[in-house]
Amino acid sequence: MKKILLALLLTAFLKSAFAQKMWLCKAGETSFFSETPMENISAVNKKVAAIIDESKNEIAVKMVMIDFKFKNHLMEEHFNENYMESEKYPNGTFKGKINEKIDFSKNGSYNVTSHGILMMHGVAKERDLTGKMVIENGKITLTAAFNVPLKDHKIEIPTIVMAKIAEEIAVKCNWTFTPKN
Amino acid sequence: MPRLIFAQDLFDELDKNVKPTKNYALATFKSTRVINGHSVETMAKNHLDFRISHRFGKINDGAYNFFGLDQASMRIGLEYGITDKLMAGLGRSTTDKTFDYFLKYKVTRQSSGKNAFPVSITALAAADAITLSTSPQFRFYNNLERWSYVGQILIARKFGERLSLQLSPTAIHRNKVDNPVLSNDTFLAGVGGRIKLTKRTSFNGDYFYRLPVSTEPGYSPTAANYNSFSVGFDIETGGHVFQLHATNSLGMTERMFLTQTTGQWLKGDIHYGFNISRTFSFEKEKKRPAKN
Repeated sequence: MKKILLALLLTAFLKSAFAQKMWLCKAGETSFFSETPMENISAVNKKVAAIIDESKNEIAVKMVMIDFKFKNHLMEEHFNENYMESEKYPNGTFKGKINEKIDFSKNGSYNVTSHGILMMHGVAKERDLTGKMVIENGKITLTAAFNVPLKDHKIEIPTIVMAKIAEEIAVKCNWTFTPKN
Repeated sequence: MPRLIFAQDLFDELDKNVKPTKNYALATFKSTRVINGHSVETMAKNHLDFRISHRFGKINDGAYNFFGLDQASMRIGLEYGITDKLMAGLGRSTTDKTFDYFLKYKVTRQSSGKNAFPVSITALAAADAITLSTSPQFRFYNNLERWSYVGQILIARKFGERLSLQLSPTAIHRNKVDNPVLSNDTFLAGVGGRIKLTKRTSFNGDYFYRLPVSTEPGYSPTAANYNSFSVGFDIETGGHVFQLHATNSLGMTERMFLTQTTGQWLKGDIHYGFNISRTFSFEKEKKRPAKN
């Protein structure tokens, strides 16, 4: 009996000692802009999910393509049906290592870089992304901006609308993480 | 690049903590019409669809009428999304100088994932009024006689990326019919569908079968009218959808093509026609929150 109790205590202790400290973002905001002299297109996704693993210094992000909302519904339909093929490739993801050492327990502001894989339209691309991380009172706010060249992810634009859609899409992120229980 | 190989567990961890979203079938049809008949699609909230539809004369009219192209019947429509599920439309047709009105409501949508549902269902209520002056050939004794009413249930399923099929049981009541032996009520079984040929074009067809209960015994199916059958292509370019088709129906409101189709495909009574749909968004530009 004592042995079992000891074993239980030990596993409980070990578990807490090795528990990974995770930070979770359930409703992050990611928006994108396509700017051309003919037309400006923008959309925002307010349901982006992201997670930071403090112990491994890793970050993973997952966004559902159909959650990108446009002011023009027709653009939204074209985005999903013709360009992103959202039924075939429902998610866009990023998974990467955070290069900087960050003390998550203290308030502070860091410029961060992450090397990892950006997956969009079913095409994976190795990327280095930069952002800014602000840790304040047990909350992390991560902002990042980067460009996505359409041809990197085999997103085809027909010649007829080529003048209306930029070759590189500017993406902006604003995610707030709270500690995961 | 061994340092890029992470354990999958971070994504798993993410999936555990974020509930999966329901995926709705996207764009079962390109437009609110299959060809003549309505599709399950409705306009999105605050979006206006300006539709111009033409049906030319019959191809078998011969070279003198340039195979029908000398004559044209027209409908202009303004159709608006009140919410993402409810739309209202009105239109004016040159045929019979008709005004038509309709409300269309998305009851449910085909979805996959959690609580999946296999089909999209939309309900349509429509009415039209003939504003043609009363004449000895077709006399109206009061204004109520000018009205017809339509009720329709549209049930559609998108099978994979390319194929969409729709069933459209329909009931139509005409307050006045051309011939007293005809029934005022017509019940129809409609089928429609599309096959996507490329990302931006599709091949469409729709057919409405008038159920025998609709016609008086001894007069069925009525001599002068036939079932409506149309085939055509949808071509989508940016904000426009062009629908080009061939049909045996001249009219573009339900009363006309469901109960007053006089053409027969086999005799060459084929009308070439097109619908042009242009969508405008009235969704307000949201002000960006002031940055501190």
